[in-house]
Amino acid sequence: MMKRLLTLLVALMLAGPVLAQNGPLRLTITDGVIEPITFAVPSFEAESPAAQQAASDISRLVVQDLAGTGLFREVPATAFISQVSSFVQPVAFPDWRAINAQALIVGAVNVNGNQLSVKFRLYDVFSGQELGQGLQFAGTVDGWRRMGHKVSDAVYSRITGEGGYFDSRVVFVSESGPKDNRQKRLAIMDFDGANVQFLTDSSSIVLAPRFSPNGDRVLYTSFESGFPRINVLNVANVGRQQLQTAPGEMAFSPRFSRDGRQVIYSLSNGGNTDIYRTDLSTGQHVRLTSAPSIETAPSLSPDGSQIVFESDRSGNQQLYVMSANGGEARRISFGQGRYGTPVWSPRGDLVAFTKQNAGRFHIGVMRIDGSEERLLTSSFLDEGPTWSPNGRVIMFSRETQGAGGTSSMYSVDISGRNLKAVPLQGGASDPSWGPLQP
Amino acid sequence: MTVFKKAAIVALVLATAACTNPDRFGGGAGAGGADGAGLNTGAAGSASDPASPLFFNQTIGDRVLFAVDTSTITPEGQTILDGQAQWLLTNADYRAVIEGHADEQGTREYNLALGQRRANAVREYLVSRGVPSTRLQVTSFGKERPIAICSEESCYAQNRRAVTVLSFSDVTS
Repeated sequence: MMKRLLTLLVALMLAGPVLAQNGPLRLTITDGVIEPITFAVPSFEAESPAAQQAASDISRLVVQDLAGTGLFREVPATAFISQVSSFVQPVAFPDWRAINAQALIVGAVNVNGNQLSVKFRLYDVFSGQELGQGLQFAGTVDGWRRMGHKVSDAVYSRITGEGGYFDSRVVFVSESGPKDNRQKRLAIMDFDGANVQFLTDSSSIVLAPRFSPNGDRVLYTSFESGFPRINVLNVANVGRQQLQTAPGEMAFSPRFSRDGRQVIYSLSNGGNTDIYRTDLSTGQHVRLTSAPSIETAPSLSPDGSQIVFESDRSGNQQLYVMSANGGEARRISFGQGRYGTPVWSPRGDLVAFTKQNAGRFHIGVMRIDGSEERLLTSSFLDEGPTWSPNGRVIMFSRETQGAGGTSSMYSVDISGRNLKAVPLQGGASDPSWGPLQP
Repeated sequence: MTVFKKAAIVALVLATAACTNPDRFGGGAGAGGADGAGLNTGAAGSASDPASPLFFNQTIGDRVLFAVDTSTITPEGQTILDGQAQWLLTNADYRAVIEGHADEQGTREYNLALGQRRANAVREYLVSRGVPSTRLQVTSFGKERPIAICSEESCYAQNRRAVTVLSFSDVTS
């Protein structure tokens, strides 16, 4: 049998250009229209009876992750000619070529007590080669989703050449209750809306949480005292304390620096709001703007050298870039309407923002010099973009109109494609996308 | 030719912290609200008693309204604030927190800053009428606490407000 397959394979390869694809399996993500890569995921092999559920669940999660990007399209199991019953069985490439699956992902799952391990191989079907090396992840049975996401991240990364974003978490504000008495509490979830956990209760309003670069802490604005103040929350033990900011009547809109040692934020005094920086280890404060206008929503460039922020110094909200140490700022937004909540992309090349124009709200991106503005969404009220760890996807809040209006979180590719709601029970707003987990 | 190439299996161990209880805080009730913290709701006294908080809230008026994206006190607002200042000067045992608010047509951070601007405009007006600034504090709820919930100007106009919330004070100043 083995010999016949080999012969057939060699014959096919000798027969010339029967391959539907030239060169190795590779998808270059561009802003243009792309043809999704087709992939097949035969249900992962259960190496023990106890692993059957996890093997099935993990296979389905990998399909969901990859197909969910819009960059990959699943070839359903009903189309399969050959079944993969064993992780070590040779792959019958012709059977997968025949159903036009460009990528084949095979895997196996083992469960031993509370321990779970998953291994997988990725095949470039048309070249008949394995892409990268087999990889194994181990963890607890409860953490099966993380291991599925790890597999998806590895596959995504090998095919696109870019980092993935599946094994990541999002901190956000969970909302309930009517518009005039909305209950808000901090919560954390997997990027896909699974594993929601609450980090605070709803005894006071909480707003706009922001992950630290390594995901260990969260900054957020709290009304515990009746006055907006910035809290720092430790994600592991949910302990929290107030950030000792420069003296001011209100402190809000915080973000960590890339090294997690400094916080930039807005401070309001006497009706004037400016941007400050506080060093967490020395407690020193630096005032970075001093205009009589509103300066808020600061976000650092990935190299830490510059800050993009919003200001109404021109008469309405616009985006500006200045040195991380303050000083002269240059305006970068010049289109119709108002621009706010700028967020520097992890790659450093783009700024995501909220745009308000002609009664509609948009999430958009532009280059750092303000050129190539592109609006990705449009609705009654979209706001507060946050970047996926690889800079390919933006998550944001969308509030619906009217007395019964509620807020949900959505994600969209920076190409403007693949707009979809994050599946959650109840309302949600103000997402902050954390890093890929180690 | 080797169809199935044996590649090294690289093992990585994930530290997956299993969290058993997703809700470590219980349901949680109450939202720490605007307009409810001080004496403005359910205030004791009678609206016809000029020394009562109810008189302040209802007869004088505890709030002033603003035009879109402005913090300018309107002529109607000035009349109300003149009354508030007079009352605060007469009733020196009271302090006040001025809460600024915005309608929902704006981003969260900007609306917080705008609400602060509005609250501060009220404070400055009251101080200009003789109320000691030590008795006045300002805060902003941005767009977080609308009192009218439709998405139309009739509601927005009520939400663009600054509310003077009285509290009883031991400190006389």
